[in-house]
Amino acid sequence: MSGKFVVAYDGSPASRRALDFAADRAAAQSTTLVVVHVLEWSPYSFLTPTEIEERHVRRRQELERAEKALMAPVVEELSSKGITIETVIKYGHISDTLCEVVKDKGATQMFVGRDGHGALSARVFGSVAGSLVQIAPVPCTIVP
Amino acid sequence: MSRFPLLLAIIVTTLGSLAGPAMAQSIDEKVNQIFASSTGWFVNFIFSPFPGTSFPWIVAWLVVAATIFTVYFGVIQFRAIPHSIALVKGDYSDPDDAGEVSHFQALATALSGTVGLGNIAGVAVAVGIGGPGATFWMILAGLMGMASKFTECTLGVKYRNEFADGHVSGGPMYYLTKGFAERSLPGGRFLAIMFSIFCILGALGGGNMFQSNQAHAQITNVVGDYPGWITGVIFAGIVFAVIVGGLQSIAKVTEKIVPFMGILYVVTALVILLVNYDKIGWAFGQIFGGAFTGLGVAGGMVGALIQGFKRAAFSNEAGVGSAAIAHSAVRTKEPITEGFVSLLEPFIDTVVICTMTALVIIITGQLMVDPNTGLYLLDEAGSAIQTVDGNSGVALTSAAFSQTFGWFKYVLALAVVLFAFSTMISWSYYGLKAWTYLFGEGKSKELTFKVIFCIFVVIGAAASLGPVIDFSDAAIFSMAVVNIIGLYFLMPVVKRELESYLTRLKSGEIKRYKS
Repeated sequence: MSGKFVVAYDGSPASRRALDFAADRAAAQSTTLVVVHVLEWSPYSFLTPTEIEERHVRRRQELERAEKALMAPVVEELSSKGITIETVIKYGHISDTLCEVVKDKGATQMFVGRDGHGALSARVFGSVAGSLVQIAPVPCTIVP
Repeated sequence: MSRFPLLLAIIVTTLGSLAGPAMAQSIDEKVNQIFASSTGWFVNFIFSPFPGTSFPWIVAWLVVAATIFTVYFGVIQFRAIPHSIALVKGDYSDPDDAGEVSHFQALATALSGTVGLGNIAGVAVAVGIGGPGATFWMILAGLMGMASKFTECTLGVKYRNEFADGHVSGGPMYYLTKGFAERSLPGGRFLAIMFSIFCILGALGGGNMFQSNQAHAQITNVVGDYPGWITGVIFAGIVFAVIVGGLQSIAKVTEKIVPFMGILYVVTALVILLVNYDKIGWAFGQIFGGAFTGLGVAGGMVGALIQGFKRAAFSNEAGVGSAAIAHSAVRTKEPITEGFVSLLEPFIDTVVICTMTALVIIITGQLMVDPNTGLYLLDEAGSAIQTVDGNSGVALTSAAFSQTFGWFKYVLALAVVLFAFSTMISWSYYGLKAWTYLFGEGKSKELTFKVIFCIFVVIGAAASLGPVIDFSDAAIFSMAVVNIIGLYFLMPVVKRELESYLTRLKSGEIKRYKS
């Protein structure tokens, strides 16, 4: 059995393609698939006083929503196919956080989708796939 | 949501019909008159001097408190700075807590409430009346005030209320009630109520009227004179949209622009200082000389000291208790860490930003000096220093900055409007917290306060500087009276927290996550 696989999943069609692709590979090699959802968050962003007061409640709601709406259906679906699933939901910078999870779990491969925006928007808004190419600690498959 | 545009329309049309274009100016004057006559007694009481002197007791009250906290905590403001910075950087934050309010965010939000017109207009008032020497006392008050802030923000987190749904409310009213009860001291509830009343007045005064007043002054400075109520109604409309309509996006945009405005302001000031680098030595000479001799300003050395201390306190709010409300929502297991973080606030606000404003005003030669004696020339009333164009307040700062960069007055006008707006949003929150402490939480109760708040925006813009600034000061300082009494009784609690934390930090029990 090879090491765990990590796949980034946010419910988008691109991430769904990556999930399916990774799930097939994980099933074939009978390894654990770690499905990671990262909620974009910077501790250096600016909040209003009201947002600060509500932050703790909002965080709990966001986590619950991610767990229920995003992760639960995936776990159910893939488990029924006999794939061993772990889920991780974290706040942070998306590509950095994905790499941290890879290290924490001792994963040997990671998978991400890409939404195929042009070079310009990637330059302006950044691209997860683009930065993972540079910083991924393990072989990273980018699923188109 | 649907009733808010309607309410807004009612307010605007009522105020508009009250003041037809022809009557506009007289409305200004009327508001002024009512204002001065109805709040005069309160202002007189707060600023009354010690018998036989010209030294207001309230200024002594703040300085004595800041000194006591500085000594009691063993100059914590200087010992703790490296650790404070490490906390803000997130070196001690548990990565699993990501998504909660970080120390940086709490500091940034509290700062956007304090960095504002006090730094631009308030300093100009201090230097205009107290001379360059006021700057020295202002810096000193800023450094001492760090200890007051440390004390109140630690207590703010320690005794905050966490409600079942997870939202938190904190501030002096909570530590006065819970802290006093815990130590079996009487009077906590009474002090909390007094604080809340003053906090509401302070929110309407310094956190609101002073802001809209100076924003209006700066706008007229750029586009020419027009009645204040117009600015007031526009401002009130936007504030209303945010705090009642829940348009957080406006507030969010402001909160994002304000820090950059602050940085731009400091950088511009630095450039002006660099251009005039040959006069920096002279300016510091004036600051130190004026601090102890007064250089001919009204009231001499004491006049400079009073102005410096007053403006520092008004700008950084140390000892006032407002910051304790802002900081109390942070997610931390150790209340004292928020104390460490908050002590950076008076440093950034007063020691850095206020000093920049003062230096620019002094270096650009806005204050008129008698060439024969080297002393400052006073105006006709003998109460303030003559300035080159007769400016005071925000107009004085604007003139000083524009002397080097003509375009700067437009940037400053924008900065003033944004600072004013973000300060209003912060203070509307502080006022609301005090209001809900008194009257309980609930939609209609909160709406009442918010509508009152918006009405005061208009009054602030319409009244002249004198009565508004006096009332602002008086209300803010009254908060400090109650808050500091509480701090004296509760400071042993903070000391215990501090000692326990430092011991655990040394032993490695408090973990550093990032190096």
